[in-house]
Amino acid sequence: MALQAIAFYVMAAVTVIAGFCVVSARNPVHSVLWLILTFFSAAGLFVLMGAEFLAMLLVVVYVGAVAVLFLFVVMMLDVDFAALRQGFAQYMPLGLLIAVFLAAEMVLVASTVATKGAAAHNDTPMASGFGMDAPNAEAIGRVLYTDYVYFFQASGLVLLVAMIGAIVLTLRHKPGVRRQVVMDQVLRSPKTGMKIANPKPGEGIGE
Amino acid sequence: MISADLAHAYPELILAIGALALLVAGAFAPKQTTLVGGGAVVLLLVAAFAAATQPLGVAFSGALVTDAAAAFSKVAIYLASAVAIPLGQPWFERRGVKTFEFPVLIVLAALGMGMMASSGDLISLYVGVELHSLALYVLAAMHRDNAKASEAGLKYFVLGALSSGLLLYGSSLIYGFAGSTLYSDIAVAAGQQANTGLLFGLIFVICGLAFKVSAAPFHMWTPDVYEGAPTPVVAFFAAAPKLAAMVLFARVLGDAFPAAAGQWQQVLVVIALASVAVGAFAGLVQSNLKRLWAYSSIANVGYAVLGLASGTSEGVQAMLMFMVLYMIDVTGFFACLTALSRQGRSMETIEDMAGLIKERPALALAMTVFALSALGLPPFSGFWAKFYVFKAALDAGLWGPAVIGLVGSVVAAFYYLRLIKAMWFDSSAGATDRPPVEAKTVAVGLALFAFPLVLVALTWLDPAVAKAAHAFGLA
Amino acid sequence: MNAFLLEYLPIVIFLGIAAALGIAFILAAVVLAPTAPDPEKLSSYECGFNAFDDARMKFDVRFYLVSILFIIFDLEVAFLFPWAVSLMKLPAEQAQFAFWSMMSFLGVLTVGFIYEWKKGALEWE
Repeated sequence: MALQAIAFYVMAAVTVIAGFCVVSARNPVHSVLWLILTFFSAAGLFVLMGAEFLAMLLVVVYVGAVAVLFLFVVMMLDVDFAALRQGFAQYMPLGLLIAVFLAAEMVLVASTVATKGAAAHNDTPMASGFGMDAPNAEAIGRVLYTDYVYFFQASGLVLLVAMIGAIVLTLRHKPGVRRQVVMDQVLRSPKTGMKIANPKPGEGIGE
Repeated sequence: MISADLAHAYPELILAIGALALLVAGAFAPKQTTLVGGGAVVLLLVAAFAAATQPLGVAFSGALVTDAAAAFSKVAIYLASAVAIPLGQPWFERRGVKTFEFPVLIVLAALGMGMMASSGDLISLYVGVELHSLALYVLAAMHRDNAKASEAGLKYFVLGALSSGLLLYGSSLIYGFAGSTLYSDIAVAAGQQANTGLLFGLIFVICGLAFKVSAAPFHMWTPDVYEGAPTPVVAFFAAAPKLAAMVLFARVLGDAFPAAAGQWQQVLVVIALASVAVGAFAGLVQSNLKRLWAYSSIANVGYAVLGLASGTSEGVQAMLMFMVLYMIDVTGFFACLTALSRQGRSMETIEDMAGLIKERPALALAMTVFALSALGLPPFSGFWAKFYVFKAALDAGLWGPAVIGLVGSVVAAFYYLRLIKAMWFDSSAGATDRPPVEAKTVAVGLALFAFPLVLVALTWLDPAVAKAAHAFGLA
Repeated sequence: MNAFLLEYLPIVIFLGIAAALGIAFILAAVVLAPTAPDPEKLSSYECGFNAFDDARMKFDVRFYLVSILFIIFDLEVAFLFPWAVSLMKLPAEQAQFAFWSMMSFLGVLTVGFIYEWKKGALEWE
């Protein structure tokens, strides 16, 4: 248990410190790099809880894709982040208020879990059917595609809408750009691609 | 087992498969936008028919509830979405945005709204909300070369994401304390003992949903988004999504938390009164009609929430009736705005409307009808809507809130009358362009519904709404 | 529980070695490399001119499109993992259902992919 406790405190500390650095770093690119560290240590925390599938998702999706997207966005925007930070002190009290509120919620949740155990009235199949013996990913796989098929297909549609949205809003074709037309290029033969001219001396091809 | 489940999901299946087919068709024939639009309208009508005739019951282990309320609201949502396509697509094409994605996105949004209206589980709640709001964000920003539309889309997206976050946070609290995401299981857990955690979760969910219906104090995004987004898109998302979110509201409160009615009633009364007050007073200083109608919609959502706050089956009935009649009003009004332009510039302020009765008598008359109806003057449809709400509130003993609601309604009358005065008595500000036929048809048709067809419609709307309201777990 | 965590020991060792090596190289460069800084040596150099402007330029919006499409397919892959792990362990009837349920999910995204392809969102120009 000591090993676990040490691992927990190390990773929790890294998560909090890195999270703080995300907000306080001057350079937005550094913020994103700190964010990646936050994701990584949060993934470690998930592993400690036995939620290895979530940990893997955090690494694959958030570190692998979302953080890269953030980097692109940060580099794409020509935003003066120093100017954005001007209002920081002004909004500080409100932010602190919300933080206190959220912290109170966390305490509430934690204390209830500590005194009563999580989900006191819990007898749903998802929570009790498969014990800790099955690995996470497998336990999720057993229900996701059969019992929860409705949500599964619906999330496929959400992804589809995201795809359409991204293309509708950002795709634009510049006029006058010559693009590859694979079919034409492959079908090109000596007959269509070559012209045999017979220029007279001193006149050139004359085009 | 699965075929029985699928029978309950016919409307969803029709819309999902149809949307995929339209998307592929559009990708291969990008010029045939009208054809895709027509296909989408047909799809929505077929889905509405399927929703009206589908077997009642529960499918997918409780995730999809197809009761009378779901059927009723799905029919209304699909029909309202079907109207949005002929209203919007020509508008976009006149502005050089020739896209087949517009009808596809409307179909997918309608699918999401239908899922919200028939959700029986916190996860289907969230997925439905996300599906429809993602599509709406894109629709709001679709006119992407217009800076205002982009701004509206971004604002809508950021605040919508915040509200989704609230919903998720609340849902996870509820799941943590109830041990289930199914409304029926939550109702059991909530009934066993008073639980602060559940209550916190419920409040978060209420806040998230209040964002979606733009009820005060979560209304800040509404005027900006309405002003910036393309007018026909506003006509769409001022109507159907509000109904879907209100039905969802009724589902969460009535199916999952009937035991906590005492607590959520207080919250809803506060939200309702704040919305009515904000809508009535902030609307007084607006000169832009889209902003004005945004405040009017905040006030009107306040009345719908007031109906729900009664906590009775009668209250839910009032809410459903109110929302359906309001949807017709608001779609019609924005259809009028879509139809009107002066030298290619859309007319959006009250001054622009000066003397409209001589210029465009049909549209001016339609707009007068919608304004009088929103004002709640008998015998227009808005009067009947408010009548149901106040009756439910009074029967539930909410005397104070009902009186405040009436006062708000009187204050709001000022700005509706200001618009009518400008149209009828001010001198004209110049010739207007010929209104496009489809927007004019929609506007005049809906105006005819607001009065006098509503009197006929009420005779079958009333039993349908009553039947739908009894599907909820409220007494 | 500890046995479960011990499965992650190789990763921890790997991370430790990687971190140690990385830090060692940085430290070695600081300690061993000769440094004699000079303003001219440190200034940015552009073919004999002074630098015109900031070296960091804005990225094209197309990078964003590519990466968001990548995220979407990444999420799709995330759904595949539990499916791959559990499919063969389900009872036959359920396995069949799970198989087709995944196929229809992939079908939806394939439609999205066809749409992307035909729109030319995957071409760079």
